[in-house]
Amino acid sequence: MIKAFPLTRLLDRSAAVFLVLLGAFAIAIPALNLLTPDDAALHVSTYLVALFGKYVCYAMLALSIDLIWGYAGILSLGHGAFFALGGYAMGMYLMRQIGARGVYANPILPDFMVFLNWPELPVYWYGFNYFVYAALMVVLVPGLLAFVFGWFAFRSRVTGVYLSIITQAMTFALMLGFFRNNFGFGGNNGLTDFKDILGFNVQAEGTRNALLFISCVALAVSFLICRAIVSSKFGKVLIAIRDAEARTRFLGYRVEAYKLFVFTLSACMAGVAGALYVPQVGIINPSEFAPGNSIEAVIWVAVGGRGTLTGAVLGAFVVNYAKTFFTSGVLAPYWLFMLGSLFVAVTLLLPRGIVGTYEFWRAGRHERSAAALSAAAEDGVQVEATPPARQAAE
Amino acid sequence: MGRFLRRAVAAFVILSAALGALPAMAGPYEDALAGFVTDEFDDTADAIAKVAESGDPKSAPLLAALQDGRLMYSAEAKKVYIKDADDKVTDAATGAAVDNPPADIDSVRLNNRLRGLLDGVMGSLTLMSPDPGVRMDAAQSVFKSRDAGALPALEKAIAAEKDPRIKRVMNEAHAAIIVVSDDAKPEERIAAINVVRDRGGQDALSMLGSISGDAPPDVRKAAADATASIERRLSIWSAVQNTWYGLSLGSVLLLAAIGLAITFGVMGVINMAHGEMVMIGAYTTFVVQQLIRTYNPGLFDYSLVIAVPLAFIVAGAVGIVIERTIIRFLYGRPLETLLATWGLSLILQQAVRTMFGPTNKDVGNPSWMSGAFELGQMTITYNRLWIIIFTLAVFAALLAMLRFTRLGLEMRAVTQNRGMAAAMGIRTARIDALTFGLGSGIAGIAGVALSQIDNVSPNLGQGYIIDSFLVVVFGGVGNLWGTLVGALALGIANKFLEPFAGAVLGKIAILVLIILFIQKRPRGLFALKGRAVEA
Repeated sequence: MIKAFPLTRLLDRSAAVFLVLLGAFAIAIPALNLLTPDDAALHVSTYLVALFGKYVCYAMLALSIDLIWGYAGILSLGHGAFFALGGYAMGMYLMRQIGARGVYANPILPDFMVFLNWPELPVYWYGFNYFVYAALMVVLVPGLLAFVFGWFAFRSRVTGVYLSIITQAMTFALMLGFFRNNFGFGGNNGLTDFKDILGFNVQAEGTRNALLFISCVALAVSFLICRAIVSSKFGKVLIAIRDAEARTRFLGYRVEAYKLFVFTLSACMAGVAGALYVPQVGIINPSEFAPGNSIEAVIWVAVGGRGTLTGAVLGAFVVNYAKTFFTSGVLAPYWLFMLGSLFVAVTLLLPRGIVGTYEFWRAGRHERSAAALSAAAEDGVQVEATPPARQAAE
Repeated sequence: MGRFLRRAVAAFVILSAALGALPAMAGPYEDALAGFVTDEFDDTADAIAKVAESGDPKSAPLLAALQDGRLMYSAEAKKVYIKDADDKVTDAATGAAVDNPPADIDSVRLNNRLRGLLDGVMGSLTLMSPDPGVRMDAAQSVFKSRDAGALPALEKAIAAEKDPRIKRVMNEAHAAIIVVSDDAKPEERIAAINVVRDRGGQDALSMLGSISGDAPPDVRKAAADATASIERRLSIWSAVQNTWYGLSLGSVLLLAAIGLAITFGVMGVINMAHGEMVMIGAYTTFVVQQLIRTYNPGLFDYSLVIAVPLAFIVAGAVGIVIERTIIRFLYGRPLETLLATWGLSLILQQAVRTMFGPTNKDVGNPSWMSGAFELGQMTITYNRLWIIIFTLAVFAALLAMLRFTRLGLEMRAVTQNRGMAAAMGIRTARIDALTFGLGSGIAGIAGVALSQIDNVSPNLGQGYIIDSFLVVVFGGVGNLWGTLVGALALGIANKFLEPFAGAVLGKIAILVLIILFIQKRPRGLFALKGRAVEA
């Protein structure tokens, strides 16, 4: 039956609803920004367009985390590093596009290199004046790092919190590195003062709307890729690994190969999200590598619902909107209390997240008796399903 | 009869000195002063020489005043005065303060010849000074200046010196002059080179380096040998120094990680708010010091002694509350625990920021923790030394507690087999809370120590959390000895990498090495063997 209806398997009801909503969002926001007059009630300001664009990129990062955490049980607390690496690759392209319009008017060297008296462009900056090359690097650099890191980690069966801790160490090490001037990425100022992307002014309204639209498309494509993976047989193996890694290995699956594949894919996705993020916010600096950022991204997923994909996107939007709302007003000093309480409350009271709880409740309304079984088996909202033996080993 | 007369004179001198009313006895020093009054350069030169020979304790301050242009004379009154920095005038002969100096008072003039003469005389005067500290300083300054003019005075001083330490420094100063002097005989120079070699240090290296190329070949060879020997010793000392710094850093890491070794290592709870427990301990120290400053400043030296148990109680209590309200619902779900405690760390940080403000708080060092002493060629600061001792004491106390007390026994029992422990009548929930409280309390104690060397700010804990986790994972989870070895090894490795790679790159290298190490040995240096691994 599953083979007969691959499309319905790929797009279940919630996935279809999500894609429709995302499409509507991607068209409505630019339309309301460009086509309505500034004083119209429904007008969306350019500031909001950039803000929403940022959220979409965060949603993509959350999606990439949900793929590995929600389905393969890999809690990476260093995904912000892949996001930032993708961002830096895009930032390098944008820096090269400034050309002679920089403060020092050097046609080749970015301003910070002139400032630091660098005689010539470092080798690893070569090629970044071509968009195609930069776009390739956006995917390749995070992907390669994740591949190497994951190859070592999964092969030696570093799992659970140990993996979380070394991913934290990885992003921390990268942060320290990128803060250094002699790394050649602008030190603690990072890369900024971008002028254009593919010949369009990054500040212009049209470009901002286009970037938002492209980000939405990228999010939709990533979502479809994730859906394709988790609804396939491959996805079932991932869920098996999440729930009982040792048992899956004993059944003859090469657990590390499965994990390595999703981990690398997830890192590439995070890299693309970072690359789309940078032109919209106009800066990339080493603080994006901060360990706290990566942990914050994990909470988006937890809020929305781990292992639901749509939940990750929802969580990223809800938490970031709350952040924007609270940090801009008189409530600013209380934001960290809010965020902290969110972490505690979600893990204690809402372990399934918003979407997970909703699905659980909907399933239970029809068939409450079968709900727990089917939710665990079908959607894989795993909460306490881990067998005791593995719990202690973690 | 003659003896009686001498005694009578002596008694008279003492008496007159005591009364102070009679004119001072005219001695060689007082006679010499007359030379300054004429204000002729030749007379002044004679006077300087006579003053220096007089051996009078007043001669050094007088000549120093002359060097600084503070020696005044009055041609009319035929007297010499010393003016000090506050423009107070004293009589050079008697040392008595002069309230109304004569109107024609003027400073004694100097020329370059006199200045050169004065420098030499001053050097030898201070070398002969009755105060050992002054002699030591003078010898050291001659060693640095390598002034050949001071040689005769130095030789005289060496002959007269009784204190072996000062004599050694003088000998080294003497050698320093000979080593660079091309007039000295080669044998003398080689002997001098040996003296310099035995002294060692960077000064000695630069001194040997300044031997001119046209010195006799055997002198040059001796110098080269001495240079190599000094460099060898210097590199040994720098290794010792690095080890010491590494131990110091390692002890800080150990302090921060030791509480985590309990909560993470023994209980398996990922407590991301561990750094905030350290911060709470540091802020407890701050509050204690504030109270002491306000109510009883005399107790300030005991502030840390008071703060240690308080920090343990405060942080421990916070830990127990956290365990009872949050963590106990999350046992067996390490990833959720991680997220919840991270949220908790944000709340605690912000709470402290709201209460105390975001700026660094000033936590003072008690007097017994400030200062430093020299050991060989390295400097050891007291606060680092105390922290190492304190860390080891905390570590030993914790080991003893786990080994010898009932609570420790119950903790180990619950860790090893929860079900069996419960069956034997141990209230496991209570033990969980107490173990978590113990880990947090130790973090609080660490905060007291870290408040002495780090900035006390709401972000204090964040800087240690990743390092602490790495130490525990590196050393091996569930093993306190592993934590000790892991912390010290990381500390020392960090300090040895720093000279090659710089502080930041050294740290990155350590992180990368640990990441690679964990790949190789996922359970750390001292992995638990047997059932505990999987059970």
